[in-house]
Amino acid sequence: MPEPVGALRLRPPRHRVERRAVTWWTAQALLLVAPVAIALAVVAVFVAPARFWLLLALGGVIVLGTPYVLLMPRWRFRVHRWETTDDAVYTASGWLNQEWRVAPMSRIQTVDTARGPLQQILGLSSVTVTTASAAGPLTIAGLDHNVAAALVEQLTARTQAAPGDAT
Amino acid sequence: MNPAGEMTWKRLDPRIVVTSTAVVCAPLVPTLFVMLVTGAKATAILITTGVWVGIAALVLVLTGLRWFFTYYRITDDRFELREGNFSRTHRSIPRDRIRSVDLTADPVHRLFGLSVVTIGTGRRSRDEADLKLDSISRIDADQVRGLLLKLSTVDSAEAAGNAPVDGEIARLKPAWFGYAALTFSLVLAVWGALASAIGTFQDVLSSLGLFDDAVNEVTATPLWISLGVGALALLVIGVVGAVLLSVEMWWGFRLTRETAGTLRVRRGLLTSRSVSLEERRLRGIDITEPLLLRWAGGARVHAVATGLGAAAKDQKSDNKTLLPPAPRTEAKRVAAAVLREVRSPTDGAHLIAHPRAALRRRLARGATAAAAVMAAAATATAVSGVGAWWAVWTAGAVTAAVAAGFAVDAYGNLGHAMTPSYVITRYGSSIRRTVALQRSGIIGWRIKQSVFQRRSKLITVSATTAAGSGAYAIRDVTTEDGLAFAEETVPGLLAPFLHHD
Repeated sequence: MPEPVGALRLRPPRHRVERRAVTWWTAQALLLVAPVAIALAVVAVFVAPARFWLLLALGGVIVLGTPYVLLMPRWRFRVHRWETTDDAVYTASGWLNQEWRVAPMSRIQTVDTARGPLQQILGLSSVTVTTASAAGPLTIAGLDHNVAAALVEQLTARTQAAPGDAT
Repeated sequence: MNPAGEMTWKRLDPRIVVTSTAVVCAPLVPTLFVMLVTGAKATAILITTGVWVGIAALVLVLTGLRWFFTYYRITDDRFELREGNFSRTHRSIPRDRIRSVDLTADPVHRLFGLSVVTIGTGRRSRDEADLKLDSISRIDADQVRGLLLKLSTVDSAEAAGNAPVDGEIARLKPAWFGYAALTFSLVLAVWGALASAIGTFQDVLSSLGLFDDAVNEVTATPLWISLGVGALALLVIGVVGAVLLSVEMWWGFRLTRETAGTLRVRRGLLTSRSVSLEERRLRGIDITEPLLLRWAGGARVHAVATGLGAAAKDQKSDNKTLLPPAPRTEAKRVAAAVLREVRSPTDGAHLIAHPRAALRRRLARGATAAAAVMAAAATATAVSGVGAWWAVWTAGAVTAAVAAGFAVDAYGNLGHAMTPSYVITRYGSSIRRTVALQRSGIIGWRIKQSVFQRRSKLITVSATTAAGSGAYAIRDVTTEDGLAFAEETVPGLLAPFLHHD
């Protein structure tokens, strides 16, 4: 749907996350859908009376789960982006529901990385930027771990230059 | 006590041993009474008493040990606390970091003239959680508070109206307890307590024959009379209970501003509480109007302040309440006084209405709810075989009407505005909130767009802040208006990331 000329919009952040993140998200989606489907199938085999309903539920899970596993990671890869300027950190995330977050450098309190087991296998890393707000940190997930380490160093250097307790 | 800064280590009050033991022994009396009424054997009663006395003795010894090994000290620049009999801990805070000193005294403590002092640093980290002195005498507690918050030692000087910025901001009027009857959360709490009490004392009540009598009465009278009487009784108990609870929580309520720029809330009938809030931490106010209260013309005022996060999790959220349910004019006056403004920012600003698409979204949600209710009712009717299809239609119609009412109300309540120092947002229907947040307290933006908002070209813009709940939302505005408003509120933050199509 074309926006009217001159309408104000948020431009997407400059950098994409790593391509391998698609694999990571696909694996996470499979870990969610597959156990449920397998459990339903197993119970359907052993429990005769409720077989119809269980197979119906299994069908539902497969019909909903397959597009989720195939499409969600690619959609996320298109949406998830990040950018840092001299003054702020800007991230975009989500797929169905999308969220953009902006935090000024002077208000950043900590910068951490986290790598779950899947992320370690794929050589990925998540960077978490916290501010004093209880609304939660900014998270950039699915970065290459070298890029993430460099980003953390860069942000730590810049935020140390700004004094105060950032409230 | 030497006011110029203590150098000696002081102990807690020795009477805490007595209070702890008394608290443990107190349930013994009603337990014995219940046992006697239900006809327990003498040996059972003796064993229970014996066990209880044993536990009381143990508590006595443990509390005595705790008292023996706990010391505190106030020096020129630090507050120190040493405690623990097996593992010794020594905690020390710089006095500059102390943000709040709260005093609490439940009836047992008040009987012995004691008070529990909770010292907060406003930080949520583990190492700097609140320090507690449980407990010291009330006079000592007041002096410790005065010393740590650097107040003048004479309380009455402020109350005499020394300077226009000091003194009392608000005081409870008994008429306000009428609003307590409309506070649904309290009514629910009363019903919950009643249900659990009946559950706990089932044996006693059934041995007294109450359940049998009640069943006989109900089967004898027509259904609609017994249902009506039951509902009426429940309502009366709920309302009276809510008023009584409210009296206990808010009796003696006073909101004062002290010389050091601290706001103090004192309240409580059985348990007296004193909560202090440094004005440095205040970032705005939140005027809350639950539905029934709003119809009666009342409102509550909460503070939006930093450093209340940790406290709010352990204690009740009443720690941030600056005014209990009171008339709306009073709420506006208190909000203005607390923020040191002539007029409450929520009062003067003209709230910009939100686009019609927001109304459509809320109506759609209501329709979905009505459809869900109808589906559930239809399933229940089909499964149970009772052919009451008129009930399904009525349920659907009633839900739709109620949901539509809420949707229109919620849309009418949406609004946002900006004053030179504050950003104001209003939202909600069953609880309408009007939040005035200092523009200087905004530390970031969060812009959300759900899949349905994308179709209607709406966004929800939230200002993130260190205070209060962390983010305050302006719900369902057009993309253009929302982004322009955010950029105007905090110039330069969003600008690098905006562009015109």
